[in-house]
Amino acid sequence: MLKRMTISAALVTAALMTAGCMAPPKNLDLSLAKKSASGVYQVELLPPAQAPAINQMHSWKVKLATAEGVPVRGAKFLVDGGMPQHGHGLPTQPRVTREMEAGTYALDGMKFSMTGWWEMKLAIDGPQGADKVTFNTMVTNPSAR
Amino acid sequence: MNKRVIWTFAAAAAFTASVFAAQELSAPLRDKWTAQEVAIIASMRLKVAGERPAELSNAYELKTEAATLGRALFNDTRLSKNGQVSCASCHSATGQFEDGRQFGQGVGTGKRRTMPVMGAAHSPFLFWDGRKDSAWSQALGPLEDPAEHGGNRVAFVQLVLSQYKARYQAVFGPAPALGKLPENASPNGTDAERTAWAALPEIARDGVNRVFANMGKAIAAYERNIAYGESRFDQYAEATVRGDARGQESLTPQEVRGLRAFLNKGQCVTCHNGPLLTDHGFHNTGVPSIDPKNPDRGRIEGLKKLLKDEFNCLGPYSDAKLEQCGELQFLNTNDTGQLGAFRTPSLRNVAARAPYMHAGQFASLDQVLQHYATSPKAAIGHSELARPDEKHAERQTIRLSAADIQDLAAFLGAVTGPVVQPK
Repeated sequence: MLKRMTISAALVTAALMTAGCMAPPKNLDLSLAKKSASGVYQVELLPPAQAPAINQMHSWKVKLATAEGVPVRGAKFLVDGGMPQHGHGLPTQPRVTREMEAGTYALDGMKFSMTGWWEMKLAIDGPQGADKVTFNTMVTNPSAR
Repeated sequence: MNKRVIWTFAAAAAFTASVFAAQELSAPLRDKWTAQEVAIIASMRLKVAGERPAELSNAYELKTEAATLGRALFNDTRLSKNGQVSCASCHSATGQFEDGRQFGQGVGTGKRRTMPVMGAAHSPFLFWDGRKDSAWSQALGPLEDPAEHGGNRVAFVQLVLSQYKARYQAVFGPAPALGKLPENASPNGTDAERTAWAALPEIARDGVNRVFANMGKAIAAYERNIAYGESRFDQYAEATVRGDARGQESLTPQEVRGLRAFLNKGQCVTCHNGPLLTDHGFHNTGVPSIDPKNPDRGRIEGLKKLLKDEFNCLGPYSDAKLEQCGELQFLNTNDTGQLGAFRTPSLRNVAARAPYMHAGQFASLDQVLQHYATSPKAAIGHSELARPDEKHAERQTIRLSAADIQDLAAFLGAVTGPVVQPK
């Protein structure tokens, strides 16, 4: 009887963990600094200092450098993304609005409409050529107590 | 004592230990939740919504006199073509500020389900298709809609300035000089009304628009005070967060099973999240079309109207600065997912306001839940719901049994609270 109870508890737990969108894929790469897909650039995403509330408009920063680490000026970006587990895109159309200092760009108009796993995708067009990069981020509720 | 007692105690302890090992728990409550579930439940408490931040495009939103004037306008049936339709005709204060009908019935019959006023102040976009970006500009839509109030702005402005002049001026200052106006004119009206509108000098048209916009701002100031009150779910949620075992009795065991399904198998919390149980977004969930040959295109068309609206955040009658109009500045106009997508309604008090969906397609919550259990193909665009016959690497089909549906319906009943409104 004890064995049955333990097994059913484990099954319940497993069901809870895999149901709905509660669990992102294992081994999700959450790194916010990586090479672009073809290795042309190094890209770093900087989130806002204070975690925004759900549905609050906010800004990130993008730092763009060559593969050797030299800041890249004058690049253009297209921003896309969404929640792969829910089949929807970003609720807004964020865009890079200006270059703040050499190789650091303001990414404005970001908004997350719910918690969970979001993809942020950048298509980059710079002096070294065109490339793209995808970042993953887990959005959580800032403490709601 | 005896062997049986010891064995039972040991089994219970081991069972509890294995459950504890698998989940993080904060307190020995009647109903056990993972730490992640507790965080989500905490985020669904009504109080987390807080005071709605001010609508920056409406400088009069917080003024008491504006709300008093707005309430009078809200209830004035003279603000219609036939003198019989007011905002309250469809948004009735005695119920849920809606009409319980499949389609709104004003001067004519509308195409969509009347939405409640509560919670609208928290949403960046209004209407099922999000074609308005503030409560004040939303109020102007039905006034000129031929199926609703059937009126025109020149007629309305003349009525307000003759019947409400002192109250209007106490809030908004001196009314603009409008010169001689025709009886009826509007850029949105009949051919005759459009012609009359075009014939007006620019300064008169601007003055009429200004007063018209102010009517909306007064109405929005009144609507801001209409809100949802706490439900048994909120008591339960607070108790769960605080580790108050007694407080968890606010929900019955069936309602708790429904909440579990809401957070897990049903995937409802995907969109029905946050303190108002809506993400304020637009989603296509394959709701059946009233007219299959002509399905409602939803948000895709709403976006076009929003961008052209002279009363939007960026327009001349908005009190907001350019940089305060973030939602419009960063509007996503390229998302093909918005075809056939509609605004996620709040689920607060949902059990009190059948029928459901943008054209009242479902007469009961049971039918709504059946819809999600079936996850049909969309009439237009693509449904976000994973279909049972599709294989998705990342998405899962919603699997609900008949018992799950009953439990969910029970839970949704527990989300009903009072409507808070001015006396």
